[in-house]
Amino acid sequence: MKLRTLTLGLLSASAFAFAAHAESITIATVNNGDMVRMQKLTDDFTKANPDITLNWVTLEENVLRERVTTDIATKGGQYDVMTIGTYEVPIWAKQSWLLPLDKLGDDYDAKDIIPAIAGGLSVDGKLYAAPFYGESSFVMYRKDLMEKAGLTMPDAPTWDFIKQAADKMTDRANGVNGVCLRGKAGWGENMAFLTAMSNSFGARWFDENWKPQFDQPEWKNTLQFYVDLMKADGPEGASSNGFNENLALFQQGKCGMWIDATVAASFVSDPKASTVADKVGYALAPDNGLGKRGNWLWAWSLAIPAGTQKADAAQKFVSWATSKHYAELVAAKEGWANVPPGTRSSLYANAEYQKAAPFAKMTLDSINAADPTHPTVKPVPYVGVQFVAIPEFQGLGTTVGQLFSAALAGQSSVDDALKQAQDAATATMTEGGYIK
Amino acid sequence: MARAVTTQHKVIATGAAWIVALLIFFPILYTIITSFKSEQEAIQGFALIPSGTFESYTEVQAQSGYFKFFFNSVLLSVGSTILALIVAVPAAWSMAFSPGKRTKDILMWMLSTKMMPAVAVLFPIYLIFRDTGLLDSRIGLMVMLMLINLPIVIWMLYTYFREIPGEILEAARMDGATLWGEIAYVLTPMAVPGIASTMLLNIILAWNEAFWTIRLTTTEAAPLTAFISSFSSPQGLFWAKLSAASTLAIAPILIMGWFSQKQLVRGLTFGAVK
Repeated sequence: MKLRTLTLGLLSASAFAFAAHAESITIATVNNGDMVRMQKLTDDFTKANPDITLNWVTLEENVLRERVTTDIATKGGQYDVMTIGTYEVPIWAKQSWLLPLDKLGDDYDAKDIIPAIAGGLSVDGKLYAAPFYGESSFVMYRKDLMEKAGLTMPDAPTWDFIKQAADKMTDRANGVNGVCLRGKAGWGENMAFLTAMSNSFGARWFDENWKPQFDQPEWKNTLQFYVDLMKADGPEGASSNGFNENLALFQQGKCGMWIDATVAASFVSDPKASTVADKVGYALAPDNGLGKRGNWLWAWSLAIPAGTQKADAAQKFVSWATSKHYAELVAAKEGWANVPPGTRSSLYANAEYQKAAPFAKMTLDSINAADPTHPTVKPVPYVGVQFVAIPEFQGLGTTVGQLFSAALAGQSSVDDALKQAQDAATATMTEGGYIK
Repeated sequence: MARAVTTQHKVIATGAAWIVALLIFFPILYTIITSFKSEQEAIQGFALIPSGTFESYTEVQAQSGYFKFFFNSVLLSVGSTILALIVAVPAAWSMAFSPGKRTKDILMWMLSTKMMPAVAVLFPIYLIFRDTGLLDSRIGLMVMLMLINLPIVIWMLYTYFREIPGEILEAARMDGATLWGEIAYVLTPMAVPGIASTMLLNIILAWNEAFWTIRLTTTEAAPLTAFISSFSSPQGLFWAKLSAASTLAIAPILIMGWFSQKQLVRGLTFGAVK
């Protein structure tokens, strides 16, 4: 009896000692398929690192952005790993809010990260966030409707071709809209699309002296083309449509073309969710022959705040979640089609992945076609393809997004929307000290 | 002479009441309906008949444990209500029965704190919580929720206490009751309906509070508001899952409200007609 009590006591004490030794890291993330999958697969990490336990905090995208910003700015230390986007990384790294990722391990192979993605996550040559999944944007189109219209989608279409195809594919009687594009206001919603589109029209947010450029003809051409196209061939109530609304329309066969994030390809080609899964073709985002395409570049990435007390454990986790090994783990458990896309060149060289994801080549080509450091035809003082990497952009981008959404809804004219955008941008940039 | 109420009037009044009630309840009803749809159905447009799938509930439960969040919600709403009453009963007593020259001003000042947008004090509060080690702690959040709702609790109790004749308390004092005895054995039993409805309302307010409960918690103290927030997705359909999470989150407070509605209405209308 005494021996049993003693043994139990020793076991409890050792369990307690282990628990006390185990380091617990908190990871803030968004709710999407790839992130949820990662949470389910963490046994693989904890088995290899029994001294580290993982706590997950999943938040709505805007709340996550606000929460991690508050925490990192105050050095609150609530999170050890944060999921952040390409927009935050250059701003936060310059503020010294993020730790450089220099202990990812010998077998991490950072050179395998797609250069365009790595460029967006690096400052002064140092990587400050590891990409979990990356995306660009491209054209997804219905091959059957294109054929019916008597057209062939080129691999690299122009905006004029898109307009021509949309006009021919629109069939209101059968509920088919020639084209579905984002209209919902927000810097990450309609302005992501419109800013990328404006790059291909030769427009830019600011000139080299940070003077807003909405009063220039390039912006007028961009917005007028967009509004006219959507009025003629877009869905009803397009000014309320974001990624998810257009996804549902496309999956239900109500869009001839949809220009949006490359990650959408896995949704529209999934026969369980999409009624048009076997009829989807892919092409690069359109251009106007000016040397820039209307596609963006984004990566949800894992970064480590400078305020963490558990930097080593956090780096171990980031290394695991963004490694080649993780891609192989997902492939083994859930198939190659479910591997997070857009981060590593080796994934696109993998024959099994190419077979499972017919959109793989076009995704890689789209990512490679985006250059966050030289996003526009004319020179600009900022980085970012579909955003301007300055702290003021979130607020300003959403304000301009609301004005452009109103123009799409017919509540204001294109000229009025551009004039108000110019005024709002001038006020913000003057207040921020960019314009002296 | 009392006005005669015809059957026709009764039918119209009852019909109007049902329509208003249905309009108020409809968003909750539609959330429940949507929770039994598939994601594709949920985004397709307005439809009152779901396919009846439990898929979203299964996924929501598999994705994040409901009960931990539920436990925190119960603890925070009940705990903050008890804390609020401990402070508010003596405060309301003193203002109702021993008012000073500035009592009205104090009451107005307390109420004015509710007019301030919460986000305006996010950073100072966050820094205080950080420096006192209260981030993601149940105690910290309980105190926060208590402070947020305290003006309403004091105002409600003050209104109820004012309905109680001061002479009864004087009589108790004449009989030798101490201050505590007066509050505990004379005032409180007489104000039970008012205190009960204040408690219920405060529990509901604390249960539904979504600004601070999301921003001051991470894993340990996160209540059901954080649970709901985690089901919104930037890329991917989520309406059905979000509705299932919302239904699970509001169900307990809805059931509590349903069972205590008589008490709640009685307390809220207490002293409304003199």
